[in-house]
Amino acid sequence: MMERLAYLWPEIALFIGTCIVMVMGLSHNPAVRRLCSPICGIFIVAAGVLAAYTTPWGESAVSIAGQTLLPNMPIFAKVLISVVGLVLLLLLAGTVDRQEEGLIARGKRAFDPLRTNRAEFYAFYLFSLTGLMLCASADDLIWLFLALELTSLPTYIMVTLSTSANKSREAGVKYFFLGALGASIFLFGFAFIYGGTGTTNLNAIHASFVQNGINGIALAGLVMALVGLGFKIASVPMHFYTADVYEGAAAPVTAMLAFVPKTAGFISILLLCATIGWQYVPGGETALMPAVGVQGVGGTALPEPIRVLLWVIAAMTMTVGNVLAVMQASIKRMLAYSSIAHSGYMLVGVIVGPGNNTFATSGVSAVMFYLLVYGVMNVAPLAVVASLEKPARSDDEPTEPETLDDLRGLWKRRPALAGMMVIGSLALLGFPPLLGFFGKVPLFTAGISAGEVALVIILGLNSAIGAYYYLRLAAMPFLAETPGAVPSESYDLHPRTSRTFAAALSASAAVVLALAGSQLMDISAKAGYVDSRVNGMDRLQPFKPKLTSVEDGGRPANGAGAVVAPAN
Amino acid sequence: MFLLGLLAIPLLGAALIAGSPAHAAKRVALAATSIAVALFIPIVAGFDFANNGTMQGGVEYAWLPTLGVKFAVGIDGVSLALLGLTVLLGPICVAASFTAITDRPKTFYAWLLILQAAITGVFCARDLVLFYICFEFTLIPMFILISLYGSTNRAKAAIKFFLYTFTGSLITLAGLVYVAWQHSLKHDGVWNFDIDTLAATARNLPLSTQGWVLLALMAGFAVKVPLFPVHTWLPLAHTEAPTAGSVVLAGTLLKLGTYGLYRFALGYVPGAMAEHAQTIAILCVVGIIYGGLICWVQRDVKKLVAYSSVAHLGFCVLGLVALNQTGITGSVLYMINHGLSTGALFLCIGMIYERFHTRNMAELGGLAARMPVWSTFMVFFAMASVGLPGLNGFVPEFLCLIGSFQADSRWGHGLWGSTTTSMASYGTRGDLGPWLTLIAGTGMIIAAMYLLYMVGRVVWGPLVLPPGFKADDGHGHGHDDSKGSHTAEAEKHDDHGHHSVLPTDLCGREIAILAPLAFLCLALGVYPKILTSSMDLAIDSQVKVLEEKLIERDRTRMGSTTPLVPVPPATKPNEGSGRPSASTIDSRIMVQNAGMQEAGR
Repeated sequence: MMERLAYLWPEIALFIGTCIVMVMGLSHNPAVRRLCSPICGIFIVAAGVLAAYTTPWGESAVSIAGQTLLPNMPIFAKVLISVVGLVLLLLLAGTVDRQEEGLIARGKRAFDPLRTNRAEFYAFYLFSLTGLMLCASADDLIWLFLALELTSLPTYIMVTLSTSANKSREAGVKYFFLGALGASIFLFGFAFIYGGTGTTNLNAIHASFVQNGINGIALAGLVMALVGLGFKIASVPMHFYTADVYEGAAAPVTAMLAFVPKTAGFISILLLCATIGWQYVPGGETALMPAVGVQGVGGTALPEPIRVLLWVIAAMTMTVGNVLAVMQASIKRMLAYSSIAHSGYMLVGVIVGPGNNTFATSGVSAVMFYLLVYGVMNVAPLAVVASLEKPARSDDEPTEPETLDDLRGLWKRRPALAGMMVIGSLALLGFPPLLGFFGKVPLFTAGISAGEVALVIILGLNSAIGAYYYLRLAAMPFLAETPGAVPSESYDLHPRTSRTFAAALSASAAVVLALAGSQLMDISAKAGYVDSRVNGMDRLQPFKPKLTSVEDGGRPANGAGAVVAPAN
Repeated sequence: MFLLGLLAIPLLGAALIAGSPAHAAKRVALAATSIAVALFIPIVAGFDFANNGTMQGGVEYAWLPTLGVKFAVGIDGVSLALLGLTVLLGPICVAASFTAITDRPKTFYAWLLILQAAITGVFCARDLVLFYICFEFTLIPMFILISLYGSTNRAKAAIKFFLYTFTGSLITLAGLVYVAWQHSLKHDGVWNFDIDTLAATARNLPLSTQGWVLLALMAGFAVKVPLFPVHTWLPLAHTEAPTAGSVVLAGTLLKLGTYGLYRFALGYVPGAMAEHAQTIAILCVVGIIYGGLICWVQRDVKKLVAYSSVAHLGFCVLGLVALNQTGITGSVLYMINHGLSTGALFLCIGMIYERFHTRNMAELGGLAARMPVWSTFMVFFAMASVGLPGLNGFVPEFLCLIGSFQADSRWGHGLWGSTTTSMASYGTRGDLGPWLTLIAGTGMIIAAMYLLYMVGRVVWGPLVLPPGFKADDGHGHGHDDSKGSHTAEAEKHDDHGHHSVLPTDLCGREIAILAPLAFLCLALGVYPKILTSSMDLAIDSQVKVLEEKLIERDRTRMGSTTPLVPVPPATKPNEGSGRPSASTIDSRIMVQNAGMQEAGR
């Protein structure tokens, strides 16, 4: 039991932070209350450091209890979560309670713990990050389910708290009910997987698939789990909530929604796919993909029903996301649909699988890298929007710019913010030489390596559609203001500089990491490592779609050559 | 090392402009582009012209070793020529905008310099990813130049320009990555994006695969050129762009497409090129005729020159797909010369637009009486563009046509009565042939018609000025000095906020812009060898591969069920059938190879 703790130190740190922040937010002393966000940051940093130094990986991960399917993923994911979490905290700081604190400071109202939300807001943020990290260390379906719920439940509340407007409440309620629907679907799926394999442990499920093949019940379970998890990543049949929720939440919370649930979803999807492995169907060659001598490349894929399912979801998600984003006039709705599209891009990596575990061929590494890239660059546009709040009139809550037209003339008023907006949106577009481009390149290379040429072409065409609306977002600050707009009505910088700082961090990272990102690519390549001995589907029988359990054959597949990937 | 300077100087200039006051922007830009020209001199001096087929002046740094991406630059003879054009047009574009751009000059000049750096990067990139990054990055500066400084319809033009080229080049990226993947498969999964290294792999791909790669390449490069069905963004972008933007667009940006075709379509998939050259050539010919006819009915002078680019680049690509030394040399020459003469025409039109704020032919006429110096230049460049022998337009057009005329495998096999194998010498293989060339040749006549018609309307004839300008000014040339300070633009026309002082005829700065272009037009028209001799080996190395593929192709075709042409019985007394025997084909190939070797020497 104690060795299990090796995975949990960062989560424990975050949980302690949660408890402290929750109490501090209720203090009568405003100075203590104001310390909430710095303390929050300290614990996120502490969790990151702990994650980097204590999380087992490589050989040690296999020897210690925990999932062995993606041995290097937890450490990468946890460090990534704490880094992006810190940037998001800069953005989230001061989202709630500004009106209330203003009234208290002016002596118009006494401090009333029932009226403030600060404690809950930061505590729930830390809770959500705790859940996210737990997802990364999950080795059991039940653990995974609980971690996913711990990630999601706080976000429902954060959406509701983020502004005092009714639309936030509406968004929170929608998000909650649809989230519950998604959770029930993948929980049902998990139950089926248990029914089909007799275990909830991921390693044991994998072993069962290796020995017995996949039976109909487990397959149905996997399908339901993947579709249900689609809610977390906002992929197509489960994407309907996205635009409303993103629009209803305050911009900082929107930025968080685009990273936290998505990361949780992709980690879970990768873990589930890893239980089957990506070498299930041997020797599937296409005309464009001649047979080659490199082991693990080409001709190997997820079981056909799962592959087709993910293929269709990926293609639909990219297309629906991009096409609907083109039609939006609201910034946040547009970014919501673009976030859907980005999930579609990443699904390409999931379909492709680990290839031969090099960065160029591994779709898993590409997903890891893209999570990093997306987490970093997605902050910039929303942070700019959050920095452009209209100054509060009297005691009202400040409001954010809503439509694209509200950004007009920004270049003249706030050239720095406009520049960050341009860099951020071009990076999201995947324009070379910014970071987004290098996020897409491994998806291209891995996709083509696995013979998914059609999917890569769809990806390319969708990026081109994306050009239309990202370009609009990038060009809007340069356009002249609408004639009717009164200058005093125009949006201006809110005093809270941490948001501008977050935008600047994100935009500069989009440039710097692109030019000096080689180290990160190496790390991502390691993070996406899938041991092909563990992934040793050469012992697995070709998939036969029948609803009865496949007999325990143990017959070696044709060829039976040991597939050994180059060690990292 | 100088190449790095050529890349860095414009970027440094742009950074300097960002930090300097608005009124100094144009001087900084002029200084930066002039330094780039000065830097080009040691590059030419250090270039080994005897080995112009090898990459020289190379610098290489590891960039993303995980993906095998390097930062590698280097030039051969073809890149050198195009690089020269880019560098030369730099100061000209800056100087041409001195009075035209008064609103937000810092943004304008900074992006103009960044654009130059990106184009420079395309021509000297030796790494595929670097090439692609620079190729794509040209879109952003051009988008900003058009959308901020263009005419009335600029937003639509900028978006259309961006989306067309961006969509195409993403598919190109997929094709290039596919080639890189094939390379990695043959090298133990090690990825490499070196342009030359990948060429060796790509050439050996099976023919059907090469066809797909060619299709992907065409998706990006044909849009950029632009070839016939995907050309519609060009006239719009040209018309709406500011003068400097049009000059860069016509001068170098379109050449990115032809350069891409030269470097990748010819260099990577020669087999597929040999197979599909005819299809591309037909598109070119349609573009030549269609573009020319559209020019003829244009009343907007700038639009006319814009459509003429569609026709002219049709010739350029036609020479390229002739796949022989003559045609490809002509094509590369065309890239340079079209940049010079069409760029100059755009400059001339820009000068008129600055004075009269119109480009409508109905509102302009007889300017020779009012602006003799301008008219001289205009007529000169129009002649160069038409292809008057002695000026630069003629040489490449003629070479392209000869190249495509020769490129017919039936020469020496009965075509137009040619039966002796001496007719089938080096460079006469392909599917283009005389008929296509004949149709394309009529494009030259159409070009003469519309350009001379335009010159006739605008330069000669009775003086016509747009409403608001007094026609009685400056009739006699002698009055020019006394009325030298007369500003052409009336007060009512200062809607752009212009208060520049432009004389009736060209000022010294404008003459200084046009004179070097005119000199080059003349020099390259009279003595084109200066260019051809500096790139012959580079082109020859491409042609050798292409010739091999053409021979291979002809052999498979002749060996197949349908004979290409019945071979006259006189050459084959032993066989009654019209089908050539394998031995005849082999002997013909031997003749070919001998011819090739001779030509190579």
